[in-house]
Amino acid sequence: MKKLQKADYIKMYSFMLKIRRFEERAAQLYGMGKIGGFCHLYIGQEAVVVGILMTIDKNDSVVTTYRDHGHMIARGLDPKRIMAELTGREDGYSAGKGGSMHMFSKENNFYGGHGIVGAQVPIGTGIAFTHKYNGEKNICRTYIGDGAMNNGQVFEAFNLAALWKLPVLYIIENNKYGMGTSVDRAAAGLDLYKRGEAFGIPGEKVDGMNVFSVIEAADKAGKYVREGNGPYIIEVQTYRYRGHSMSDPAKYRTKEELDNYKQTDPIEIVKAEILKKKIATNDEIEKINKDTLEEIKNAAEFATNSPFPKDSELYTDVYL
Amino acid sequence: MSTEILMPALSPTMTEGNLSKWLIKKGDTVKAGDLIAEIETDKATMEVEAVDEGVVLDLLFKEGEANIPVNKAIAIIGDPNEKVEVKKEAPVEKVIEEKKIEKNIETKIETKKDNIIDTPSPKIEEDTNLSSEEITMRQALRDTMAEEMRKDKKVFILGEEVAEYQGAYKVTQGLLQEFGKDRVLDTPISEHGFTGLAVGAAFKGLRPILEFMTFNFSMQAIDQIINSAAKTLYMSGGQINCPIVFRGPNGAAAQVAAQHSQDFSSWYSQVPGLKVIAPSTPYNAKGLLRSAISDPNPVIFLENEILYGLKGPVNNDINFSIPIGKANIEKEGKDLTIVTYSIMLQKSKEAALRLKEEYNLDIEIIDLLTLRPLDTETILNSVKKTNRLITVEESWPFGSVGSEIANIVQRDAFDYLDSPVIKVNSADVPMPYALSLEKLYLPQVDDIINAAKKVSYIK
Repeated sequence: MKKLQKADYIKMYSFMLKIRRFEERAAQLYGMGKIGGFCHLYIGQEAVVVGILMTIDKNDSVVTTYRDHGHMIARGLDPKRIMAELTGREDGYSAGKGGSMHMFSKENNFYGGHGIVGAQVPIGTGIAFTHKYNGEKNICRTYIGDGAMNNGQVFEAFNLAALWKLPVLYIIENNKYGMGTSVDRAAAGLDLYKRGEAFGIPGEKVDGMNVFSVIEAADKAGKYVREGNGPYIIEVQTYRYRGHSMSDPAKYRTKEELDNYKQTDPIEIVKAEILKKKIATNDEIEKINKDTLEEIKNAAEFATNSPFPKDSELYTDVYL
Repeated sequence: MSTEILMPALSPTMTEGNLSKWLIKKGDTVKAGDLIAEIETDKATMEVEAVDEGVVLDLLFKEGEANIPVNKAIAIIGDPNEKVEVKKEAPVEKVIEEKKIEKNIETKIETKKDNIIDTPSPKIEEDTNLSSEEITMRQALRDTMAEEMRKDKKVFILGEEVAEYQGAYKVTQGLLQEFGKDRVLDTPISEHGFTGLAVGAAFKGLRPILEFMTFNFSMQAIDQIINSAAKTLYMSGGQINCPIVFRGPNGAAAQVAAQHSQDFSSWYSQVPGLKVIAPSTPYNAKGLLRSAISDPNPVIFLENEILYGLKGPVNNDINFSIPIGKANIEKEGKDLTIVTYSIMLQKSKEAALRLKEEYNLDIEIIDLLTLRPLDTETILNSVKKTNRLITVEESWPFGSVGSEIANIVQRDAFDYLDSPVIKVNSADVPMPYALSLEKLYLPQVDDIINAAKKVSYIK
């Protein structure tokens, strides 16, 4: 496994914290009516994307679901412009035309942000096809929610990826619920990673609350895919603290269940490790906390002050 | 008693075949099930089995003979001791039966003839670069894809049976041999999956040509076409475009019934972000497919199975293209405008000839070529001149391309109209199987003539 440096620990902590603070602020802005439509928060799942981030090459591609804010932050994108997209302003990554679920950054090889459950899976497979077609050594990381694992196109994509040995790493973010339906009420067979077996795609299950487990699995899987062996599936067991979207009171699960997951909070795990290994002091951690809060506050400020798109923008970007 | 072996119909659209090879010779004894010949159809070369038993008395065509009509006798088998002429004394009943078959075939061929008129449009005649040789629509499409693949390595083709099988309708014939399996890819039968894959590849910078075996199967993939391919440029604020061509046969073929005969022109034309093209001749298919492949946006390229065999001259310049969004005035006239596209151009032309002969009406025919963006200027200018309009298309009537044209014309040229706009469409029912009902379902020349008489107030 990749040897983690001191700076890596700080990086992981900072990114996970930044995602958490960002999402909390987004929830606040939503409550104030500054963000509209659907808004799906990533709180509780931070270790997944940050763990994967630690093994990524900057020329690798990423494609994910509509629960994408955290993914963009982890890709190193500017929280100011992400927030400005949520508020539907012209400085947003999609110039205010995409919103929470449809954000992209081509220069950072981030291909969305897809609003249709499962649609990103063949798309990510096609991006991986392009890496191979062009003779590049890069891979495409394609995130899949547990809900999409019952969607037919996912298996069509698995078949194609295995058939053509495409460099795609599928990461199932199993947060236990597809909207309000728990996995055991939706999926026959709870080991979602095994669903690649029929196509000869290896897979494994990983504790997604612990960033170190994610890194270990992602590192191994990434190497396998990069070496031209074809696709690989990681099923990451995670949990969202909030409802499916802002309007979801999450009454389909118990408070005890939520509290139980909060005991293994992914950010607290990293923080404890940093203190135990004496990588940073409590004061230094406090400084990161303060700086992060400040950065996100500024992002919200920026996003609510950025102008709305010009009326003339209604008719642009339909055709190139 | 001797029996004739007839040229068999081996595909729904086959009207004639080539005798590639005899697998029997005069004097051989054949049993039912024995292979007797190899026949090349419009889609493939196939072996034909004997149904009857006997000694081969005569082979009526030589190997290599081409364009033998379906149901023409190609060999005679029977008792060697009997004279061949005996067949003429066949029982009356059988003759009637044969006549019935013959009549059916005639109707079928007539239907095809209705669809195809080989007169080149005046615009083509003005083209100084025109080939002396006439090629089929399928060759024109094939050649254009090959030319573009030679120019740009980013162009590749994928779809069901496009590689090893050489294309379900032979449109991709020879591409695998020239470009190899990395650029000509057979897919499994999973339209949703491979369409999404191609869209992802286009997002990442490749230029896929995706063949749907027929557009009927694109319904399996329509979410990826509309939600992903058409909308992502907009949703990404102009960052991610999708240079892809979705092509394949659209609309009715011949007696393939409801699930395989649907016209999707208005479905796709409704979607901002897509461009929609419907060529009608080898000439414009070539020019338009080149424009489609070079376009940075997703393009729906609606071909027509019956037109695949249509022959015509082309412009062989490898840079020859026809701009997207420009209709062609196929024939100028002053009394009435017909706006049409795809296979209905042929029927409209035939109707125009008869309307001239029988009612002395001088018809202007506009072949749309591109359905989205629609060339409203050409339509409006024509209506302002002729003051009468009918639209002719194969699609269902509700919310069709013609409906939109009628709307535009009543809005922007109301004062120029001397009569209401009339639409000629297929019947508002699923496509039936029976040959007789299929003919009723599809717009025919008589329907166009009746519509033209109505807008001209001719009883």
